[in-house]
Amino acid sequence: MTDSVLPSKVPTAAQSDDSEGMSYLESLPRRLVTLYLPLFVILIVLLFPFYWMALTSIKPDEQLIDMDKFNPFWVVHPTFKHISKLLFETQYPRWLWNTMYVAVGATTLSIFASVLAAYAIVRLRFKGADTVGVLIFFAYLVPPSILFIPLASVIQAYGLFDSPLSLILVYPTLLIPFSTWLLMGYFKTIPYELEECALIDGASRWQILVKIILPLAIPGLISAFIFSFTLCWNEFIYALTFLQSTPNKTVPVAIVNEFVDGDIYKWGSLMAGALVGSLPLVILYAFFVEHYVSAMTGAVKE
Amino acid sequence: MSTVQTSMPVPAARVDTPSLWMRLKTNRNWVALWFMLPAAAFLIVFLAYPLFLGVWMSFTDERIGRTGVFVGLENYQWLWDDSIFWLSVFNTLLYTIVASAFKFAIGLYLALLLNEHMPFKAMIRSIVLIPFIVPTVLSAIAFWWIYDSQFSIISWSLIKLGLIDHNINFLGDTSWARGSVIFANIWRGVPFVAITLLAGLQTVSPSLYEAATLDGATSWQRFRFITYPLLTPIIAVVMTFSVLFTFTDFQLIWALTRGGPVNATHLMATLSYQRGIISGRLGEGAAIATAMIPFLAAAIAISWFGMQRRKWQQGSNND
Repeated sequence: MTDSVLPSKVPTAAQSDDSEGMSYLESLPRRLVTLYLPLFVILIVLLFPFYWMALTSIKPDEQLIDMDKFNPFWVVHPTFKHISKLLFETQYPRWLWNTMYVAVGATTLSIFASVLAAYAIVRLRFKGADTVGVLIFFAYLVPPSILFIPLASVIQAYGLFDSPLSLILVYPTLLIPFSTWLLMGYFKTIPYELEECALIDGASRWQILVKIILPLAIPGLISAFIFSFTLCWNEFIYALTFLQSTPNKTVPVAIVNEFVDGDIYKWGSLMAGALVGSLPLVILYAFFVEHYVSAMTGAVKE
Repeated sequence: MSTVQTSMPVPAARVDTPSLWMRLKTNRNWVALWFMLPAAAFLIVFLAYPLFLGVWMSFTDERIGRTGVFVGLENYQWLWDDSIFWLSVFNTLLYTIVASAFKFAIGLYLALLLNEHMPFKAMIRSIVLIPFIVPTVLSAIAFWWIYDSQFSIISWSLIKLGLIDHNINFLGDTSWARGSVIFANIWRGVPFVAITLLAGLQTVSPSLYEAATLDGATSWQRFRFITYPLLTPIIAVVMTFSVLFTFTDFQLIWALTRGGPVNATHLMATLSYQRGIISGRLGEGAAIATAMIPFLAAAIAISWFGMQRRKWQQGSNND
């Protein structure tokens, strides 16, 4: 991918240089050394694990372990054996489904709660709204690593152990603080006048939220939704602690626990599992790049 | 509101007093309560309560399957004399400091590179973020394979280049294992730092650089006296997040080494999981987790000062 990008950069760089601020002060050879070369190296390092993951998942076993006869950086006769083994001989589809189910459930709950909370904090200006905002920010800073042990006993007490429902209920604690801060930023940009008009026309707060605020905050909602979805997909320690039986596991937990046996030929299916588990997020990301970036930077800036 | 003169005869029952239901529906504070309820319920039941429960559990000898009794500081005394615990504290600090320093340096450098004008800028920026999008465990599995003791592609390439003559045991040797997990963490964290710092860089006006260049500033001086001061608030916030998440990291270590070899990569979080869940000594695990709180509090305090200094950013700092 990057290989094809780099050569085509060089000729166009000179043209776009003319109109771009001070960059005309730098000659092309200088830019090659100070900009394109380091950038190229960093991109290669950042992308290599994915290339390696994808390559391994389509490599036949004998090429995986014989690195002298076959060049390991390429594949001679690609095979879909690992991927089909993954999809038809393991419970992988089930794990994918669990992950999807948990992610969609937890994200939906969180967005609902966050929209209400963010609207209340930004626009209802109730007593102590600022304090609540700060508390929610602190909740964002509490990491799962110090909560999983007490949460395990809470989950046990509610009889939710080994159930994906436990994750749907616990993940909002990770997602609500983040989404609330993000949405607060978006809601602040919506003019008060729109709300005042609606209030004069007799709309209730709920109607204002649903009919005026939400349609105007759709970019923010998309950002919050996809970012929360990604966080759910990525979450590991709660899923590892709460889910015990094999069919209930999520993809990250199952990959780590169910494929790891003494088999020297495990690598093909392991990499296929990692690849297939990453693809939904990468595809989602490809469609919503701008929203991801604004979600990431928005939550930090706020 | 309260300054109305009470000596004036109050018109009695001018309007019929609003019913309780009407007040619950229209009073601003009550409406806000309803709106806050779902978020507050989640955060109190599954975040605030477990936080206190965790501190309480660290003072008990609770195990999986039986409730514990209060044992005071016994868990902490036990940990105080436990060399593995202190090793995990050392590992965590080493991991956090080294990884965060590199993430900051490389992230800032990458942000400066991405801020330049170049073709395919948008596409390159979106590619950079991919390691952050892919779930950590899944990319850690790829690193596991890259670090394999027999079939590591790194060992293979270095042997072919003639730099080494036998495979490097990346995850089996203590120093190599520490270096390997730190590298994987840096790899995963750089995109986040770079893209957020890039967003900060884009708010810096180009005319400042032009003016400085006319005054004869070198590129280092432009960075040192324009970019860096203007970026300081966002650097403070980003690095606090980065430090916080590195300090409490669990999944990368668990997928790569599970704390091995000979506990060389055990972080406090992984040790807490090992003692609390796998060995079933919930009280001791909770004590290790609670021991992380002072470190986190220090990081959050730093973040707080960073937030105080960000007024240039939003303008609306106190509404």
